[in-house]
Amino acid sequence: MSERLGVTPAQTVGPYLHIGLRWPDGPYVVPEGTPGAFWIRGRILDGAGEPVVDALVESWQADPDGRFDHPDDPRGARQPALAGFRGFGRSETDGQGWYELLTVKPGPLPDPDGGTEAPHLALSVLGRGLLHRLATRLYFPDEPAANGDDPVLRSVDADRRDTLIASPAPDGLRFDIRLQGDRETVFFAV
Amino acid sequence: MTQNSVHPADAGLVLPQYRRDDIDAHPPLLSPGYKSTVGRAPKQPLTYLPQRLTEITGPLLGEGRLGDLDHDLTRQHDGEPQGQRIIVHGRVRDGDGRPVPHTLVEIWQANAAGRYRHASDTWPAPLDPHFEGGGRALTDERGRYRFITVQPGAYPWRNHDNAWRPAHIHFSLFGRAFTQRLVTQMYFPGDPLFFQDPIFNSVRDPDARNRMVARYDHATTVPEWALAYEFDIVLRGRASTPFEGEDDDE
Repeated sequence: MSERLGVTPAQTVGPYLHIGLRWPDGPYVVPEGTPGAFWIRGRILDGAGEPVVDALVESWQADPDGRFDHPDDPRGARQPALAGFRGFGRSETDGQGWYELLTVKPGPLPDPDGGTEAPHLALSVLGRGLLHRLATRLYFPDEPAANGDDPVLRSVDADRRDTLIASPAPDGLRFDIRLQGDRETVFFAV
Repeated sequence: MTQNSVHPADAGLVLPQYRRDDIDAHPPLLSPGYKSTVGRAPKQPLTYLPQRLTEITGPLLGEGRLGDLDHDLTRQHDGEPQGQRIIVHGRVRDGDGRPVPHTLVEIWQANAAGRYRHASDTWPAPLDPHFEGGGRALTDERGRYRFITVQPGAYPWRNHDNAWRPAHIHFSLFGRAFTQRLVTQMYFPGDPLFFQDPIFNSVRDPDARNRMVARYDHATTVPEWALAYEFDIVLRGRASTPFEGEDDDE
């Protein structure tokens, strides 16, 4: 029996997160020029509707085949067929609260209950005033049937589900994150 | 017992699960003493999310992210930064005491005068031309990390009347799963500013709060060169899977 330890508490990244967390290649889940790549862009807004200019979004997702290059995927770790696919993205917000990620659409995932999860990204939001990262998910607007069957979306109040579904944009998708207020984004306890 | 291993099952996937944190382990998102939480903490309760493939995996970011001097914040410029040189080291483990090996640790901090090298920091303490304030390291196979840096200074902020942040170093860790992602702050033992700091005190359980305070570690000091602090970090541990629950009943 191993010892049981208390976890280290979370604290805010504060307003100067860029010093430690800025990566020049952060927004590139896939390299520029990857076939099928598109931009996800959005704004982070506070309870007053003001842009949050000192925040960071991180993304994590399966590859287009719905696989993770990770030993804890019980189907086995598998290197993505797509060259340069990292699965992870990180974007700080700019002076108007915008973040951006260049990625490809993940495949659907098997669900432990025997169903299927619709394609989605897991997102973390970190920023000044957030004492703990916020976790949310982004779903795709061109998957109405899969989204309708998705076990996570179905667990969310029907009138708030659309806060988790991105909108079409000229070169990809738009996904705003509202920390509070009207149409507050659904955040998850993971 | 094959604890926390992954078993294929007829009914579908059996996934390792991560224990959910005790309610007092982390600060409440709305902590009005820290003013910025008021307009930013979500007002709706968080929605419970069963951990699935996306949550029990995560980016395994390796050596490719590290430069040679990323772990030594005192050697990133030609000259030595001002201030007290310190070694900050420790172990990253999960809640079961298992080391978390080969995981990326990112840190950032103010300089010895309490000033960040950041356009938004207007506190008129001197900037140090030889101190950037950011570092990165990977834990080794035993979950150990080590940084060389300088003791950060305290600094005032405008949260409340005469508000000062205790000296601290920001830490960011990935662990091996989305559920383990953690950003925290390391504080220094005996800091007289704890009593008035709403960020430190946002963690309500005193035992949990103390887990953010490093230990002065005389054994690791280097004579005539550096003091040392040990800061162990604990990420979430794994819960038993339903498969193991059956084992437990035997």
